[in-house]
Amino acid sequence: MLNPKLHLNPKLFDTDVEQKATRDGYGEALVALGEADKRVVALTADLAESTRTEAFATKFPERFFECGVAEQNMAAIAAGLAVTGKIPFISSYATFSPGKNLETIRTTIIYNNANVKIAGHHSGIMTGPDGATHQATEDIAIMRALPDVQVVVPCDAIEAKKATMAAGTYVGPVYLRFTRDKTPLITTEDTPFDGTVQQFWVTDHPVVTIFATGYMLMYALLAAKELEGEGISVIVANVASIKPLDEATVLSLVQESGAAVTVEDHQVMGGLGGLIAEVCAKNHPVPMEFIGLQNTFGESGKPAELIEKYGMGKESIKQAVKKVIERKK
Amino acid sequence: MSIDLTDEQIIDLEEKANTIRELIISSLVEAGSGHSAGPLGMADIFTALYFHILNHDPQNPEWEDRDRLILSNGHICPVRYAAMALAGYFPVEELKTLRKINSRLQGHPHRTALPGLETTSGPLGEGLSQAIGVALAARLDQKRYTVYCLTSDGEHQEGNTWEAAMFAGKHKLHNLIQVMDRNHIQIDGFTEQVMPLEPLRDKYRAFGWEVIEVDGNNIHAFVDAVNQAKATQEKPVLILAHTIPGEGVDFMENDFHWHGTPPNPEQAKKALAELRTLGGKIVSEQE
Repeated sequence: MLNPKLHLNPKLFDTDVEQKATRDGYGEALVALGEADKRVVALTADLAESTRTEAFATKFPERFFECGVAEQNMAAIAAGLAVTGKIPFISSYATFSPGKNLETIRTTIIYNNANVKIAGHHSGIMTGPDGATHQATEDIAIMRALPDVQVVVPCDAIEAKKATMAAGTYVGPVYLRFTRDKTPLITTEDTPFDGTVQQFWVTDHPVVTIFATGYMLMYALLAAKELEGEGISVIVANVASIKPLDEATVLSLVQESGAAVTVEDHQVMGGLGGLIAEVCAKNHPVPMEFIGLQNTFGESGKPAELIEKYGMGKESIKQAVKKVIERKK
Repeated sequence: MSIDLTDEQIIDLEEKANTIRELIISSLVEAGSGHSAGPLGMADIFTALYFHILNHDPQNPEWEDRDRLILSNGHICPVRYAAMALAGYFPVEELKTLRKINSRLQGHPHRTALPGLETTSGPLGEGLSQAIGVALAARLDQKRYTVYCLTSDGEHQEGNTWEAAMFAGKHKLHNLIQVMDRNHIQIDGFTEQVMPLEPLRDKYRAFGWEVIEVDGNNIHAFVDAVNQAKATQEKPVLILAHTIPGEGVDFMENDFHWHGTPPNPEQAKKALAELRTLGGKIVSEQE
């Protein structure tokens, strides 16, 4: 069942569950941060509207910097602003930032320990019709390989807003990952957001723990609900903070269940799957299955069609759970 | 405020520049790797900046009203380290730790390792953008300090540099002065053979910059150029500083092979002898 302690959306499994894009949560938080702290500035590379930076730009024009189509320039300008006391948020599509400007981010922001917040938008194949060029499917792996940066993947618009607010008050570089389309509101304003791995679906005698990140958590919860009907008890854990990772909770969950399935809209290489595998291999190896892109690029299509084609939906998760249970024997 | 120079000041600065060149050679030979030509060629400009132009306090490197000196082509950091040590940011002795384990003097400058560096740099084409960020912050905070950004000619082959040039022109960042080390060399050869950069003056003017050309190995001329740049309104200024790579050491001058190479002990001895006699102008007392 849904964890009653977390004040999750009671209408989560209704057909008319409220939906909102995580990028909208980001945009709202950006304005709130701008109101609360004059040091907050925002930059974009010709994507003010679609990265939801526009509201901030309208409200605080003197603190908004349009860089044009120049992601490297944007990142390094932000670094200069940050070492002079500002709190810059840079927004673009994640394929370009931290894709095209990776080395700039590495040198001038992360290694330089500049207090810059990097918002990577249009992540995952759910970016849809734009095709693989605009679907960031390796950004988690890229960013989590850098030392001393926080990497956060919110599961819905409410968590996106909380994560952005938290990034604004944390001192140091942060990478935030957002998605384009509307997705179900899983959490509520009352759901705690504290960087820990949270059990969104709980059960007394779990045989598998499903670790999910981002909006894909919803597919994991739908799978868990149906599996319960089939007599298979699983835990679903939300991994919003990829880095730092709450390793203690991850370990206690795999020890309790004895198997793990990871779920992400990202390459399974180096992303959440790789991350959980590293922790397990080092401390407590268990059978694992990985839901995500299996060493392939995406393509154009509707998000739901792509999720289905690339084996990342509810049925695929259920099959992965059953497969990993077989491997425990 | 005028920062004109007296004859005594010029002589003093030229002596300091020579000392900085000696410190560059000594630290490079000790390190066993690093870049020689660029640091030597920029010694006069660094001397002028640290000992005459910059409004700074070596005892308080975080002073918020200080002028900012941002080094984009981080590989010439031996000259910055030498100038900083001589100015009192850290003991001159520490120059011997250049590029060694546990040193604050990283092979390419790292902001959080050594107070007073302003940025981390080395990968080319990023410094002008960072300087723009600082200049924008100064404007937001209504600070009156000047942001100096030192760049190389070679890094103008990086697209990022031109992204930055475009941005600074759009925002008319008159508190930003770029000093480009136009020494015509890069690792693979002469710039105009590797990838032609000219006409740099026209290119920058087209991007909305004021351009001042100067002999970068003439301290007096360089100080005059900075005065002129500071008096310029409504535009960022590029000081196109023509320098001789390896300046002060005869066998290194204008030879691109010295771009990324340190002297060996024998070569260092020869270079130091030349510097200590000011190129033969002073008769050596020891040798």
